[in-house]
Amino acid sequence: MSVLARLGRFRPLLRHRLISLVPISAVILVLPLLFSSAYYYRVAALVFIFAIAAIGLNLLMGFAGQVSLGHAGFMGIGAYAVAIGPIHLGIPPLLSFVLGAILSALIAFVVGRPILRLKGHYLAVATLGFGVLLAIVFTNEANWTGGPDGMTVRQAALLNWPLRGAETWYWTLALSFLIGAALALNLVDSPTGRALRAIHNSEIAARVLGVDVAQKKLMIFVVSAVYASVAGSFFALLNGYITPDVSGFLRSIELVAMVVLGGMGSVTGSLVGATVLVILPQALTSFHDYEHMALGLIVMSVMIFLRGGIVPSLAGVFGGRRS
Amino acid sequence: MAEFLQFLFSGLTVGAIYALVAIGFTLIYNASDVVNFAQGEFVMLGGMTTVFLGYAGVPLPFAAVAAVAVATAVGLALYRFAIETAREANAVTLIIITIGASIFLRGAAEIVFDKRFHSLPQLFGSDPIRIGGATILPQSVVVLAGALIIMVSLWAFIDRTLFGRAVIATSANRVAARLVGIDTRIIVGACFALSAAIGAIAGVLITPITLTSYNAGTLLALKGFAAVMLGGIGSAVGAVVGGILLGLFEAFAAGYVSASYKDAVAFLVILVVLFAMPQGLFGKATIERV
Repeated sequence: MSVLARLGRFRPLLRHRLISLVPISAVILVLPLLFSSAYYYRVAALVFIFAIAAIGLNLLMGFAGQVSLGHAGFMGIGAYAVAIGPIHLGIPPLLSFVLGAILSALIAFVVGRPILRLKGHYLAVATLGFGVLLAIVFTNEANWTGGPDGMTVRQAALLNWPLRGAETWYWTLALSFLIGAALALNLVDSPTGRALRAIHNSEIAARVLGVDVAQKKLMIFVVSAVYASVAGSFFALLNGYITPDVSGFLRSIELVAMVVLGGMGSVTGSLVGATVLVILPQALTSFHDYEHMALGLIVMSVMIFLRGGIVPSLAGVFGGRRS
Repeated sequence: MAEFLQFLFSGLTVGAIYALVAIGFTLIYNASDVVNFAQGEFVMLGGMTTVFLGYAGVPLPFAAVAAVAVATAVGLALYRFAIETAREANAVTLIIITIGASIFLRGAAEIVFDKRFHSLPQLFGSDPIRIGGATILPQSVVVLAGALIIMVSLWAFIDRTLFGRAVIATSANRVAARLVGIDTRIIVGACFALSAAIGAIAGVLITPITLTSYNAGTLLALKGFAAVMLGGIGSAVGAVVGGILLGLFEAFAAGYVSASYKDAVAFLVILVVLFAMPQGLFGKATIERV
């Protein structure tokens, strides 16, 4: 096949993929017109944060077909990096942010190789154990992390422009989300992305075709850890306060629920999943006591009835095909 | 030496409970291939229901029986409404469903009961028995004896009754079991009920020592699972040995290394076992079919 023919085949696909960001950007631009108070900006900012983490996890789950029940552990690393760096080590917040992401990548690289050799429920349990271990460390190293009560996070500034106020956060996180989504979409359409989908369909077939399965899986694990770490750092900076809950078991499960609810393998789906699972507890604040029950019910029903995910199911209905 | 004995006693006591949770896991896993992360919630339900029925004036022995019945009903409901509905789902999806069930039960317990810690009176008083310079609570002996009785009766039930034979057949090959006329749905449902009942009894036995609260179940489930991994998934002997070993590891780690990292032991065990010997101590090595 000539280069031209190849381009001809993949160009429309590429355009088609990135074009899904256009309506999302439009919604992001218009949405503030409906916001009547800072509270709405804050909730939307939270949605973007979890959407970033969900996109990362979706790359791992939806494209490479590997589950992680401990991804909040990486959120914890990112969150505590921006908390501990400035306060205990005198590292400026933005540098701590980057260092947190690098640290997450390194840890993912080291633990990824043995963990990703496992399959099915062994993989689920190993990632779960890894996540809980990190949460235990954050809870116990009270000198650094403030223990179970948590610690305050110093405000960050981009050059001389302090990141504060709900509106500033809204635009910063919207932009970060779009960048994250665009990078993810590009990755999906790269040779690596195709190799990952091949792994998802059949590891053995992929290996036969010359895909270095272990290396590709490890790479995507590292990438998804960086997404989670970035989301965790943003979360800590937005809240100005951080507790070990950010890295807890429940958070990890919430992230998985976001990915599956929105749709495995759909970047738009991750945004939808994050939106539903962030807004629902806010809408249920008057029933605060029922939060855990609701989360449990959502997780169960999503896994039982909505395994296809919202976005792919809708795309199937309107597009006449399953994406 | 006294110190060593002390850690040994506390390790054995907790280990017996882990072993019971692990047995419950194994029962369900063998019958249905489901890794049930709601297993710890049965333990919590057993303890909490007994406590609150006791507050309501029900004599404790009746309260304990009622609590076991409640947990059994919940176990059956979990099977009927969650697991059976999603029968064709893959292993990981089923795990996440049971995790969802565990979060749900925890949330329900938070509302039906409360968020505080509760205890039960010890069966034979709280005067410790002195052995070789160390002490052991009478309740610890009750826990160990109770665990032993449960394990032996479970073994007798599985090995000596027709129903037990059907359970073995179902875990060996579900299709073949169905072909010889075993209603595997009833068998699997019974395994969920049985394993919930075992969990609830463990909860009643251990509550006087470790206290209980609405969120006690999650960590127990994870540790029970660590015990299963250590012993080799699917092996009943492995579950018991794994549970006791994990209890001992924890007690000695808490005593000699660091008490605050006691809970980390189970997860280290999970990771080490998975990386170094995925078939555990008594498990069969799995052969991957291509």
